[in-house]
Amino acid sequence: MNRLTALLVQAVRPRFLNPPDMAYRGVRDYRRVWFLSIAGLAAVSLIPLLILTLTDYQLTRKALQLENTLRLVRIASNTRRTVTHFLEERISALHFVLEEETYDRLRSPGHLEAVLKNLKVGFGGVVDLGLINADGVQAAYAGPFELIGKNYVGQPWLQEVRAKGAYVSDMFLGFRGAPHIVAAVASDAAKGRGYFLRSTLDMERLINLLSILDLGASGDAFLINRQGVLQTPSKFFGKVLDNSTLKVPPYSEHTQSAVVEDPERGPILVGYAYIKDSPFILMVTRQQAETMRAWMDIRLDLIWFLVASITVLLFAIYAISTYMGNSLYEADVKQATAMSHMESTNRLASLGRLSAGVAHEINNPLAVINEKAGLIKDLLELDPKYNADERLIGHLDSVLDSVDRCGRITKQMLGFAREGSVEIQPFSLDKVVRDVLSFFEKEAVYRSIDVNVAVAPSLPDIRSDRGKLMQVLLNIVGNAFQAMRNGDSLNVTAEPHGEDRVKIRIQDTGAGISKENMKQIFEPFFTTKSGKGGSGLGLSITYGLVRKLQGAIDVQSEEGAGAAFTIDLPLTIREVRNDESAAG
Amino acid sequence: MKQLRLLIVDDERHFADALAERLELRGFKAQTAYDAAQALEALGSAEFDLVLLDLRLPDRPGTDVLREMPGLGAEARVVVLTGHGSDADYKECMGLGAKDFLHKPIAIRELSEILLRVHKEES
Repeated sequence: MNRLTALLVQAVRPRFLNPPDMAYRGVRDYRRVWFLSIAGLAAVSLIPLLILTLTDYQLTRKALQLENTLRLVRIASNTRRTVTHFLEERISALHFVLEEETYDRLRSPGHLEAVLKNLKVGFGGVVDLGLINADGVQAAYAGPFELIGKNYVGQPWLQEVRAKGAYVSDMFLGFRGAPHIVAAVASDAAKGRGYFLRSTLDMERLINLLSILDLGASGDAFLINRQGVLQTPSKFFGKVLDNSTLKVPPYSEHTQSAVVEDPERGPILVGYAYIKDSPFILMVTRQQAETMRAWMDIRLDLIWFLVASITVLLFAIYAISTYMGNSLYEADVKQATAMSHMESTNRLASLGRLSAGVAHEINNPLAVINEKAGLIKDLLELDPKYNADERLIGHLDSVLDSVDRCGRITKQMLGFAREGSVEIQPFSLDKVVRDVLSFFEKEAVYRSIDVNVAVAPSLPDIRSDRGKLMQVLLNIVGNAFQAMRNGDSLNVTAEPHGEDRVKIRIQDTGAGISKENMKQIFEPFFTTKSGKGGSGLGLSITYGLVRKLQGAIDVQSEEGAGAAFTIDLPLTIREVRNDESAAG
Repeated sequence: MKQLRLLIVDDERHFADALAERLELRGFKAQTAYDAAQALEALGSAEFDLVLLDLRLPDRPGTDVLREMPGLGAEARVVVLTGHGSDADYKECMGLGAKDFLHKPIAIRELSEILLRVHKEES
């Protein structure tokens, strides 16, 4: 699990932000590329997502609102029919009585009581029944009150019933404090002088109808009159006969809806309907917050979806951008490393050609000096007429010694390694390595240096120039012995590499090579042993020889921690007709 | 002992002359030629035991001399002495019958020993 986490962290870590000191820093502003990639990808993916989510949010909310409104209007509309039907039924009953009975029969004692009894059985909620003559005086009465002879002349309801033929009163708390209305109908004028039937109706059943509507906890259904006075009890907007806290909605023939701001309960959705031929307005209300509860759930889902999407997207964008940045950085580093390697190879090759050229040009004048000085010495020594002068001979000897030294240097510069044959021949690499190491056997024992050789047994004989390879190995092992302290160790390994190459590795635990020196190590005349007899040509020649053997040489080292030279050679050297690399 | 007849072929007169004189002092009979034409002429007109041949000559390469010697009937053994030798030159010269391939500058003792050895080798 920890390894998995580490792997994941490694994968998404932007390696180009803080490259180690040693590493190449790159040619680009990787941080900028990275930021631009993250910002660009985030913009093109997050903006459409946000727009889509926001649009969906709005549309869903609107659709839900519309649905809620329609539902409320439907309830209001249905309830309106119920209320209208309730009132119409009772008005019709009174009309029926007037049609069926004559004024005189209604007036006859006991008859009105019988009618009232029938009405109570047929409809229920009929409290009393009164017959009012054309003069507005109570002519007969059946019910709990003493109203015979009461004069209603001048009362507004009488005028209205005269004008319209029917009348329904506002609610009042009548008999036993229960809500009641008065309904009155006028007789057909064609039947004689107009008279009226008036009845007090118990509204308990209507109120029950309203209270059983399924409107949820915040729902309310009630009647108000056109002045805004509550006609039936309301859960939230006041008591019966109080002024409703809701304003009277504007008149409309059809069922309507509105959103009303209530200071205590927030926005309220109201469905309302004017009840025909009555003073009533039906009000059905719900708190908008409650109607939108489903919306809250959807909204929460939406927000979760949005947060999850954004998180996943941002992580993916980050991971992709980091991966791209790292790839770009690594490609650049690889290219730069290859370039620098090529550069150093080219530099070394041209340095090799240059030094070989210099050596060639110097050899001829050096030869002249050698012969001229030699001749003078010969004459001094051999010809009696010059009378050998020891001092002069001494001077000439130092001239000749210097020429000799120069000659050795130029020969090294030319990279001549013609010990024995230059013929390409098959030989055992293991034997060559052991031959070379045998030169250092005594020194190793004396300085207690631990020498290990491991040549892969699977390695076949190689076909190459044995002499040149020996010189290469002698040079590197010699250097290693100079760099090692007593008790250090030297490991020489050789193993096949690829199909047709061999890798020889000579690793010591000596003083190592400093970073600055590493850059110049294969250059001619570069030495850290100046004054100790080093010409600075050893590794330069080694480099040239390895190139002649169609191989490559590389070094890894850390100051104080030893050095490792790796020589990569072909198992079989290719025959080269014109030896172009001779100068290199 | 019979004096060995030696032809030194080198365009550097100072070098050729001084070397000829020094080898004379060491018992050789030395003659000089400063280019390929002179060398071939000398080889055609007289007999030599040894030739010390430079490879860079003003008119033609030294290897031409090596190549044409058999045609002249010259039987002298050739030792190449050059300041410009490469592995390729070495291979070519040895292939053309040179007996040794030496680099300038060379100590006189070493040179004369090689010359004597080369001469002795077969005879």
